[in-house]
Formats: sequence, C-alpha cells, structure tokens
Amino acid sequence: MERLLTFDGKGIYCPRADVHIDPWEKVPKALITHGHSDHARWGMGAYLCTHESVPILQHRLGKTNRIQGIAFGENLFINGVKFSFHPAGHVIGSAQIRVEYKDEIWVVSGDYKLANDGISKAFEPVKCHTFITESTFGLPVYKWQNQTAIFDKVNTWWRKNQAEGRVSVITAYSLGKAQRLINGLDPSIGKIYTHGAIENTNSILREHNHFIQDTQFATASYNFKDYQGNMVVCPPSAANSNWVKKFKDFRLGIASGWMQMRGARRRRAADIGFILSDHADWNGLNTAIEATGANEIYVTHGFSRIYSQYLREQGYDAKIVETAFEGERLDSTEEEKIDQTT
Amino acid sequence: MKHFAQLFRQVDETNKTNEKVAALIAYFEKASDEDKLWTIALFSHRRPKRTVNTTLLRTWASEISGIPAWLFEESYHIVGDLAETISLVLPLPTKQSVLSLNEWILSIMNLKDKEEHEKRSFIIEAWNSLETAERFLFNKLITGGFRIGISQKLMSRALARYLKKEENEIAHRLMGDWSPTTTTFSDLLLNEHISADISRPYPFYLAYALETEPATLGSTQNWAAEWKWDGIRSQCIKRDNEVFIWSRGEDLITNRFPELIEMAQRLPDGVAIDGEILAVKEGTLLGFQALQKRIGRKTVGKKLLQDNPVIIRAYDLMEYEGKDIRELSYLKRRGYLKKIVHQMDHFSLILSENVPFSSWAELTNLRKKSRDLGTEGFMLKQLDSPYLSGRKKGDWWKWKVDPYTIDGILIYAQRGHGRRSNLYSDFTFAVWDEDRLVPFTKAYSGLTDAEFKEITAWVKKNTVERFGPVSSVKPMHVFELAFEGIQKSTRHKSGVALRFPRIKRWRKDKPIQEANTLSDLKSLIR
Repeated sequence: MERLLTFDGKGIYCPRADVHIDPWEKVPKALITHGHSDHARWGMGAYLCTHESVPILQHRLGKTNRIQGIAFGENLFINGVKFSFHPAGHVIGSAQIRVEYKDEIWVVSGDYKLANDGISKAFEPVKCHTFITESTFGLPVYKWQNQTAIFDKVNTWWRKNQAEGRVSVITAYSLGKAQRLINGLDPSIGKIYTHGAIENTNSILREHNHFIQDTQFATASYNFKDYQGNMVVCPPSAANSNWVKKFKDFRLGIASGWMQMRGARRRRAADIGFILSDHADWNGLNTAIEATGANEIYVTHGFSRIYSQYLREQGYDAKIVETAFEGERLDSTEEEKIDQTT
Repeated sequence: MKHFAQLFRQVDETNKTNEKVAALIAYFEKASDEDKLWTIALFSHRRPKRTVNTTLLRTWASEISGIPAWLFEESYHIVGDLAETISLVLPLPTKQSVLSLNEWILSIMNLKDKEEHEKRSFIIEAWNSLETAERFLFNKLITGGFRIGISQKLMSRALARYLKKEENEIAHRLMGDWSPTTTTFSDLLLNEHISADISRPYPFYLAYALETEPATLGSTQNWAAEWKWDGIRSQCIKRDNEVFIWSRGEDLITNRFPELIEMAQRLPDGVAIDGEILAVKEGTLLGFQALQKRIGRKTVGKKLLQDNPVIIRAYDLMEYEGKDIRELSYLKRRGYLKKIVHQMDHFSLILSENVPFSSWAELTNLRKKSRDLGTEGFMLKQLDSPYLSGRKKGDWWKWKVDPYTIDGILIYAQRGHGRRSNLYSDFTFAVWDEDRLVPFTKAYSGLTDAEFKEITAWVKKNTVERFGPVSSVKPMHVFELAFEGIQKSTRHKSGVALRFPRIKRWRKDKPIQEANTLSDLKSLIR
C-alpha cells in the first residue's frame, strides 16, 4: 500500500495530493515550512507557506504571484488530503505541516525549537502517527540555557567592549537568529548597527508588523568613531570577509548552538561564542517527539544515524531519511552552503 | 575553582598572546600561593597522579545522565575530549561549590586508596556542585592534559611581569623535576637558593627553520654549521657527582640509558651538555626506530642494550665548573665543550663537529649529502651567539633538506580532537601493491581549515563502513604526503615506517590510478 508521504529524491512527496514539502528540486507544487534557503528553494511552479512567511519568500525568491499564504491552523484539502500548518517556533513564519488522509496523520516538522523566543510563534505539539524530525543537535551534549541568560552574557560582553573603546560584532543568520538577538540586546548600552542582508530582512518584517528593536544599516558613510562602543550584527559570511575590517578595533562573537563545543569555539577565530540556537536541543527533540504520540519517526538532517538508533532503543520505529536539508551548519553559512545532493 | 575556571575561559577563548598574559597576571594577583602553584604546574603538564580511571568516569557519567553507554561513546567521538563530553552530558548541578583549586586537587589526590563506591559518591557529588565549565576542569584534573596554548615562554613572561623578575630566570626556575607537593610558590620562584634542586635543567635553545637562502645571513665568517641529527634532544647534567639526563619535553630519562650514566659519571662535576642521543652500533648510525625501542622501555634489558646502544652527540655546553655559562659566546662555550669531550675520550660522547665551509654555495652542495649521512640538514649558528632560552630567531637556524614525498590514497578517516574535534582530521593513506591498496601511513596535519571542512563533508557522504570512531571511505582522493625518513618495519602491514608524515597537498588533479606504489615507497629506503 502506498504511504501518505514518501521521499522521492526531490523532497517529501504526497502522491495522493501530488504536492511536495520543502523540495530541493524543481516541482510544480511546493508546501514550504519556512523561509531558510535550504527549505524554500528557487524554481518551484507554486509555493504555499504561512502568511508570515510570504514576504520572506517574496524577498528571497523575487516578487511573484506564485507564492500563496495560509493561516496557522487553517485546513486545506487537496484531492481529499487535509493539510494544515502549525507553529514550529524556529523562525518567524515557520510551521510544521500536518497531513491527514483517512486514518493516517503525518507531521513534517521542518526545523523547530521548543523554547519561546518571543518573535517566532511558539512551537505547538501536534498529535500524529508519523513524525518527521530534524536532528541537527541530536546528541546529549547539546543542552541550551534559556535565552535570557544568554542575552545577559551578550550584553555584559558588549558593555565590557564598550568600556575598552571597541566595537562589538556578532554573527547570526540573517533570518531568525539576527532578529531574536537584536531584540535581546539592551538598547540603553548603545546603537545597534546591521549588515545589509540583515537590515533588508528587518525592514520587510517591520513592514509586516513584527516588532524588531531599532537598528541602523551599517553603510559606508559611517566611520570607526560612529561604531566605537556600539554593536554590529552581521551574517556569518560577513565575518570572514573584508567587510568586517572597517570596524578596525572590534571584538567578534558568534551566536550559534555549535558554540557548545570547545573545539568549535576555538576553531573559529572568534573572541567569544554565545550558545544560542533556533533548533531543538537534545531534551527538546525528545520532548517534542514524545508529545506527538507518534510511533513512527523519520529522522533527517543532523545526527540522524545516532539519534534514530537512540529512538529505536526507546521503542520507536525510527528510520533515517536522506534529505538535502542542512539545518544550522557548523562549517558553512547561509550564503555558502555546500549542495549535499551532489 | 570559579576563579581558575574564569582564567581558563579567558585564555582558551583568545589567540592573542598579550591577552593571555594579561589574564594570567590578573589571576596571579588574586589567587592564593597554593592555587598559583597548581596553576603553573597544570599548565606545564605536571598533574596529580590519576586516582580514578576513565572507564569508571564514563560509566558513572552515562548512568547519571540516563543515556546508554554506546551513546556516550558516540558523543565522545564527536566532541573529541572525554572531560568535556562528561561535563556536557551531565544534568545541570543543583548545588554550588566554594572550594578552591588547591582544595579540589587535594580531595582528588585523597581518593587514591579509597574504595570504588567512595570514589563514586565523591565524584558524583562533585559533578553536582560544579557548573559545566568548572566540571570540565575538574574532569581534566583527573584525566589530565590541559592543552590550552600556554607555552613555557608565555607562562614565564606572565610570571616575570607579575613578580618583576627576569624572564630567563623564571624560565630556568620552572624547569626540572618539581611538583606542588614537593615545593612551595616562594621556594620555586622567589627564594634565593635556585640551585637547591641539583637536577634542574636549563631551558633548551630552539631554532626556527630558515625559510630564505642562507646567503641572506651575511658573511660565512660569522657562522658555524653542524649537521642536524634526528635523535632525542637531551641535556646531560652532572652535579654533586650525580647524573641527570633530561629530554626536551622535560622528562627525566636518566634510567633509560645506563650506558650514558656510566659515561657521564666520568664527566667533571658541574656541567650541563646539550646534545642529541642517537642509536649507534659499531660506528653505524641506527634509525630512529632503534631509539624508539629504548624510549619505550622503563627497564632496559641486556639484549636491548647490546642491539641498540646509544651515544650523545654533543652540541653545546651550558654549565661549566658549576657556573652558568650561557652568556658566553658559542665559540667560547664550544671551546670548553671540546676540551671536555677530548679529555673524556669516551666512545659514548662525541662532538657534533663543525662542518668546514668557505662559501654558502659550498655548504649548499654539502647539504645534498644529508640523507646519505642520516642527517636532516644543517644547523647554522652565529659564532658570537649566547645560549638563549626557548624558540628565538636570529642567532640559530635549522636548515633542513626537503622532505621525501609520495602520493597516497585516502582510505580511512577519523575525527580529530581539541581544535579539530567534529572534523575528520586523522587520515590513513594507502599505496598500490599491484591491484590492492596497502595502508602505509597516518597523517594529521597539513590541510587548511577550509580543506578539512571540505574533506569532512565528503567523508560523511562517502563512508563505506564504520569501526568505532573510524570510517572507511571510497578510495577517491589522492594526497601528496611528505615525511622526513623511512625505514623497514615488521610491525606495519606495508613493511615500512615513516618519520613525521604529514599532508603536503591535496592532489585533486590526480586520479587514484596515478598514486604511488609500494615499490616506489620501498625504493626510498637507504
């Protein structure tokens, strides 16, 4: 008997409805969990995502009428298959996609985290029989502190750099992490400047009524004196480029879940690592999976081999799926991803 | 412990020397003498004896964290550090501790004769009262190995500034066979009686590699050349009629070399000779492997002594007639050294001769003979140079011959440790033996960070089989490997053992069919 969802080499596929979820090859109809470029790729015939994700996709894929929005919790029927989008808590607009037909319910989680970051709609567990989960941080060494504690560390570091007359530069993905971080900064310390990639995303989100603290685009017209004592938020790729050199006397911080490991911290030429991730940690993954009530689990990108083995020992029917999703990567950035399908 | 953890984090997270020094000084200004002494000891690889074995630590950590043992091991392979893995998998602590570094260390040492269940409850209680960063250090106190990028030079500089003393004096005081249980902070660093420890060696003078043509050094008149030998750099000391032999890594290795003790007992009192220990039998230089057998054994049997006898090839003299003569010129020190070697007239003490040359061109020509003589090239030393401590530029240079190279195929990969944890960085390479691939060496270094990332991504996708932490991969990539020496070996499948193998470059242009063969490799053996 054909399954409700399959993996056809182009993405997650629903044969009965003839739609793909987060496909990485060109297909006529794509349901998109969130706006990160490994999930929302260019070249699909039509896109369906949450209303919150629409402006993000339009910004990244170009203005087109092929992108359609849907509300969280709204039901959509395609050839008898019921689809609905539910908050995944990963970034603004991110959703888990629930798929139901007859007595079978699947949930494609996309990327997710359980903690409420204050800007993405908080994760909601959805009951299902089969759950497709990421495993970016699916190892018991990954455990996150709450974000208030992390923001305190960031602000303390900023104050110290300011006292020494330096610029503070932090890297964060331009969609999601950057806005989360900006809203966690204490604006009484100083000004927050942003790299163009982040400022563009910020202004689109602000236009759509998302609250993001005031930031200033770090244009060429400013000089060191303007930046001194202030904060600059940029995407990871900018930290390795000439762009960052204009800040002259600066300290570099990296906000990423990978900063949990000493080796990763030391390998980057950063001054400090802040352990801040938009993915679920070890406990988060286990809690989320348990809450679905699912027995069958498909594990994708990340530590899928190890994590699926662990789940099997816990009594789940867990399998690995090879996908082209990358999650938060240790050694590449949003802008320079290695195409894993080749 | 919090204070020490703060220091560790500051030093660990910067690669700027000045900041490391500043962090150390700030720490010394606040810490107790006991804590200071332990900090210096730990950062110079002097740690308390292990009182709990790592198998027990692993077992307890998995138990407390509620994860299966295999998952703990998988995590360890990825983190690349046992102490860190334990610190991360454990649940968050429910208590806080105010114990100092010294107090923690003493409690750990106290576990020595305790029953297993007593050790267990102590360790678990400790884990539950320390934060992740402190826990990591606590585990390190037990498992050892603080690789943190504080060189002896850096530590000496920080202490010199803190104590307002000369860096050289501090470096010297830090040498030798001391431990916080046998000395105090003031005895080690402040009190006048520096010679109280008669075994104390001098810091070695280490040279940088000459990257330019030797002609840039100016007139040949000011320079001496010695062959550069590949053995164990050592310091042979005789004081108060006692003999001490130190390795460059500051290990006391006297007992490994009975024949050298015998020789050194005839030395005049109050000398310290810098020289290379080499395995030489009946005038023939044996390879480094012969020497390795001698280092590996704590007790030296008769047969080993007969088969692999050693000598010292003397380079320099730091102490003469009980006086530190490091300030004298190379020429003067060598004058005394020659006198000693000549008077001794002993087959186990040979002078590292100056190679006569009248032009750099002549020396360049002579250098081509290096391999035939079993040397690695030349050491060039300025005639009026004092004996400095640590790695310094200008007066001494090593001028090595080009390494051997061979093109090998990547067949196994393993994740690295420390800075390279989470990346595949330990590789095994093979050469062709007809249509079979025979592994012949491992290599760890030589790729850029970007190349490590690239090969890591490739290994993840092309793993054929896993053996614990090791992945076998499809033979697809050719690497040019460089090494300093090659010898026959019965212990290796390929029948050869390499000296200092490393990756020279990734030959993306070469298909695997064009990699070298086992007979190419064997033809390099002399």
